[in-house]
Amino acid sequence: MGKLLGVVLVIIALVSAYPILKNQYPLPEDISTHGHLIDEQLHDTMVEAGISFIGAQLVLAYFVWSFTGRKPGSPLKNFPGGARVLVIFAFVIVGLEVLALGAFGQKAWASVYFTPAKADSLQIQAQAEQFAFYFRYAGPDGKFGQIHPEKIDEGNQNYFGLDPENDVAARDDIVSGELVVPENREIHLMLHGKDVGHSFYVRELRIQQDFVPGLDLSVHFTATKPGKYEIVCTQLCGLGHYNMKAYLNVMSQADYDNWFKQQSAQ
Amino acid sequence: MSETSAQPAHVHAPAQGFLWKYVFSLDHKVIGKQYFALALVAVFTGMFLSWLMRIHLVWPAAKIPGLELMSKAGAPGGVMTPEYYLSLLTMHGTLMVFFVLTNAPFAAFGNYFLPIQIGAEDMAFPRFNMMSFWLTFLAWVVLMLAFVIPDGPPIAGWTEYTPLSAIGKDAGPGMQWGASLWGISIAIFCAASLLGALNFIATTLDLRAKGMTLMRMPLCTWAWFITSCIALLAFAVLLPACILLILDRHAGTSFYIPAGLVASDRLQPHSGGSPLLWQHLFWFFGHPEVYIAILPSMGIVSHILINSMRKPLLSAKVVIYSMMSIGFLSYMVWGHHMFLSGMNPMSALAFSFPTLTITIPATILTLMWLGSLYGANIQVNSASLFALGFISMFVSGGVSGFFLAQPSIDIYLHATYFVVGHFHMVMGVASLFGVFAGTYFWFPKMTGRYMNEGLGKLHFWITFIGTYCIFMPFHYLGLIGNIRRYQSFVDDFMAPYIPLHRFITIAALVTGAAQFLFLYNLIHSRFWGKPAPENPWNATSLEWTIPSPPPWNNFGDKHPVVYHDPYQYGVKGSGGDFVMQDSPEPISGGD
Repeated sequence: MGKLLGVVLVIIALVSAYPILKNQYPLPEDISTHGHLIDEQLHDTMVEAGISFIGAQLVLAYFVWSFTGRKPGSPLKNFPGGARVLVIFAFVIVGLEVLALGAFGQKAWASVYFTPAKADSLQIQAQAEQFAFYFRYAGPDGKFGQIHPEKIDEGNQNYFGLDPENDVAARDDIVSGELVVPENREIHLMLHGKDVGHSFYVRELRIQQDFVPGLDLSVHFTATKPGKYEIVCTQLCGLGHYNMKAYLNVMSQADYDNWFKQQSAQ
Repeated sequence: MSETSAQPAHVHAPAQGFLWKYVFSLDHKVIGKQYFALALVAVFTGMFLSWLMRIHLVWPAAKIPGLELMSKAGAPGGVMTPEYYLSLLTMHGTLMVFFVLTNAPFAAFGNYFLPIQIGAEDMAFPRFNMMSFWLTFLAWVVLMLAFVIPDGPPIAGWTEYTPLSAIGKDAGPGMQWGASLWGISIAIFCAASLLGALNFIATTLDLRAKGMTLMRMPLCTWAWFITSCIALLAFAVLLPACILLILDRHAGTSFYIPAGLVASDRLQPHSGGSPLLWQHLFWFFGHPEVYIAILPSMGIVSHILINSMRKPLLSAKVVIYSMMSIGFLSYMVWGHHMFLSGMNPMSALAFSFPTLTITIPATILTLMWLGSLYGANIQVNSASLFALGFISMFVSGGVSGFFLAQPSIDIYLHATYFVVGHFHMVMGVASLFGVFAGTYFWFPKMTGRYMNEGLGKLHFWITFIGTYCIFMPFHYLGLIGNIRRYQSFVDDFMAPYIPLHRFITIAALVTGAAQFLFLYNLIHSRFWGKPAPENPWNATSLEWTIPSPPPWNNFGDKHPVVYHDPYQYGVKGSGGDFVMQDSPEPISGGD
């Protein structure tokens, strides 16, 4: 039965790794300027993790195959070099791997989190609530109105709690259920949580960031390909969590300008 | 052979009467079995909930006969509602993490075998020990009450993130009383675990038999000892965290709730708190908890592998130091659960590096097991199969940690099925494999009877292949961006992957069904199993020097004296290829 376990381990290792060996793990298309860094890092890690996985499973399979069902009284042997060689191997090989992944991986993280948004980026505010996203544009005056939580009124479609009567900047704010952005322009998305924790995740953008109530966070990204992409909430936020989604609509600059004009006119 | 050591007289007299013997027993062995029984009830409940979830995921409109009896509101006519899915998810996670993965490998086996393996008559504080079990039981009762209250169980997941879990009924169904029960249950559980951990530490340090130096303790005792040190610090943080949560919910405080929140169209009457505080406190417990679940199984598996290989590990010291470094590092990495939570992005790097560094001791452990297999005479039985399966599972679940330890990749993989696959394999299934191995191995000692080997092997094959069929595809689903904690896949891009999800559901049903073989084997063998001798596996540690099942004071009126390292295999002894720890015979070429 030990031999059978050896065979099963080999089958499990090969079947599990088959899609990776064939390079067929289908990440969705990347439509951001920074996403390739994450994808490359993921690919490098896949190679290192893949080698560790297949290597360890095959060695386990080989040893199980070889050292079960031996004749009683067969001489015991010790691994050549003993523990010392293996410990040194782990420190050197795995240590180098850790250093490499740790050091190179920071490039991708830095591109998202350590560089501030450019001064000319388009500022949009995103609000997450049970169970919808709303997006607010500053309008032609380029200024956002103040948020007054006590004025939030879903029935009146005042999702952000704006006060247009007293607040001039709020009067021309555009509120949309869809995140419409021009292509190839950096977007500075400011996240505001209205009730509980939510998260902003667009697979194709390689962007994911939590909304934390009480903490106004922001992310910035540049979308490079026109199209409609799903925005999903990835932080468990209550019973409608599974259905909390919106769309990112990436347009050419001209289409975006048109859309913006139409919205401002309303 | 044995002589009187400096041990105190009997810590307690033999119990009289059913109530004191089997219910409120002070005997660590009875308490160990009580923990085991509670874990067994919890694991079957948790597994049943996962079945319901898996069925609902792929056949959302399925009528499950009898489900309406569980909750009229949650499953009208037997069809599960979205909120009930989240309730089940919360209860599945809580039951499995606390009442199974903490209780079974650590509290159950640790209680039963730690005192015996160090040659003690009982735990250092038998009364505390009884109290810690009954508090754990109370915690379980309080948690299960959530199923019967009209509000239903909470829907915020086992991590109960604030403010969702802190603002009460405005957060949704189950969040009024269900979430309070959750908080109270976990707070009680923490208190119980603290008592247990203290007891384990005091026992290990103070009650070792003559000759039982620290380095002569078996590896599983070492693992339980290290785990209790981790548990002492981890539960000490979760306990106040839960108390603050309860205060926020019922006393009007705002530890976790900031100002200006509007939920269910109501401005919440709180200000000044931070949701991130809960995340920090929770994960400061939560990450070490992963090692509380897996370290005891590492020890158990090492103990069993050595016996099955008929030779010691390449270096027991290296294994002990590796487990210690894992325990130490486990406190520096909690932030890797929070890369995207809005904490300072610089701290992501500070948390990522120690997380990646844990790979080194984990790799050393794996290499110690693998390297020791070389040149062994591996005896194949249910226990050793599960121990070997543990290594395979630990590697598979471990390598996916490479990805998640890196904040940049976490941007893409966070909250996907990749994470679910990762932790189910490495902390869930691997840890349970240790429990299964331990059960098949120690059952003869605990009951005086063997478990059925044929059934045991069948149980292994279905479970081993089944868990790979369930959890390997999770990683691929995660890579395509499949989000976790969704009760239904409403995203357009998910449609092509529904058949894969169906495959996983079927694998889960089959693998789950195989666990009834284990249950049957357990119950049947307890009464009708083949009688086992005192030392059926030709093993060396102290638990095999006493009758099966052991008498109430373990070693009778004698105090064992220890002469050797715990794993004298592959030597020429009077009884064969091994020398027992308490045997004074010299070992040729030994210590």
